[in-house]
Amino acid sequence: MTSGLWDLVLKGIWTTIQLLVFSALLAAAVSFVVGVARTHRRWIVRFLAGFYTEVFRGTSALVMIFWVFFVLPPAFGWQLVPMWAGTLALGLTYGAYGSEIVRGALKAVDPAQQEGGIALSFTPWQRMRLILLPQAVPEMIPPFSNLLIELLKGTALVSVMGMGDLAFSANLVRLALQESAEIYTYLLLIYFVIAFLLTRVMRGLEKKLKAGVGKAPQRGVAAHELKRAETTGVSGGGVA
Amino acid sequence: MKWDWNAVSDFMPHFWDGLLVTLQALALGSLISFALGLVWALLMRTPTRWVRWPVGVVTEFVRNTPLLVQLFFLFYVLPEWGVTFSALTTGVFAIGLHYSTYTMQVYRAGIEAVPAGQWEAATALNLPRVRTWQVVILPQAIRRVIPALGNYVIAMLKDTPLLMAITVLEMLGQARLYSQEHFQFTEPLTVIGVAFIVISCLASLLLRALERRLVH
Repeated sequence: MTSGLWDLVLKGIWTTIQLLVFSALLAAAVSFVVGVARTHRRWIVRFLAGFYTEVFRGTSALVMIFWVFFVLPPAFGWQLVPMWAGTLALGLTYGAYGSEIVRGALKAVDPAQQEGGIALSFTPWQRMRLILLPQAVPEMIPPFSNLLIELLKGTALVSVMGMGDLAFSANLVRLALQESAEIYTYLLLIYFVIAFLLTRVMRGLEKKLKAGVGKAPQRGVAAHELKRAETTGVSGGGVA
Repeated sequence: MKWDWNAVSDFMPHFWDGLLVTLQALALGSLISFALGLVWALLMRTPTRWVRWPVGVVTEFVRNTPLLVQLFFLFYVLPEWGVTFSALTTGVFAIGLHYSTYTMQVYRAGIEAVPAGQWEAATALNLPRVRTWQVVILPQAIRRVIPALGNYVIAMLKDTPLLMAITVLEMLGQARLYSQEHFQFTEPLTVIGVAFIVISCLASLLLRALERRLVH
């Protein structure tokens, strides 16, 4: 490969990483807001949050991307730059999956903790902030780590819309060089390396957060993989 | 925002064609992923690490790389090696392969959940290894994992639009084709978006009923 083509691939990697970071941030924000809203006292808030989750988990991420690129602009009269359109579609979709993780982790906190907060006459917001979230967040990290890998795989979808991410630039290189096998093998390897690095970072984060509440990180591969089986795609308990 | 019901009714015939292809891809992809996932899970239990290690590496690699790129790989590279399939066949195989790396973990969890006493009883009865798997372990393991497998069928449904990228005319492919011909994007895309929500909600209701039946 010539250096010009490598430059193209490097730009693609950079776009993919940017998109990954932005949509992960949006997805995290959406998951916490919607996940916490699903434990709200008022039924209407719970209902709206549940409705959001069902709708965004029900559609395909690619259909969502098409919708944001083609239906939003004429409907509202403004057009997003591709990066923000991709971020919006991916963040909203994966945020819906993430909200299930947040809800599950909040539900898994020992009810006595919640009651303790009530006995101390904490406000609901104080209970959430000081009691529930600090204990629930470390438990969310392994499923969030799996979701982050799913999101990384999801970023490849924007290449269908012609956005210059890693998969798109690799396609351009393939057209230039006419060597599919080599280019696509490199492409898969690059995605695999990014996914591997992300898993490492998230494992370190889990260790740090769990040490903060006096727990050891999850031991053994089997438990980790089981969690993944539950949380990727559609979560185990509340089926899509 | 303009909503044109005529466009919806014009699009509907294309929609049914696309739905048929989507469901075909889903059904065949599920079958491949169920079968291949079981093969991976069994291979991961062989005593020699010369089998376990390569299978582990390959499945981990397939699971952590995007399905879209795998589709491109199979669609553009296989013909270079002299193997030519239709786009739909390639797509079905890619989806089946990708999801087999997920179902493999489901099967593994199911097999590990069979109590050790079952294995010991099979040994005490002097059942041959193959018989033990066929009539003792797998029937109990598979019964337990059916709901989890069903979840992956729903996940697979939501990945079928990716086949559009390799020219398969499933629902999204039909919608895109129609939009480009008639320059009406809102209606077809919204119709298939709603269709996806409806299908996955129906499927999850069905799955919940199945789960109740299997548990009790």
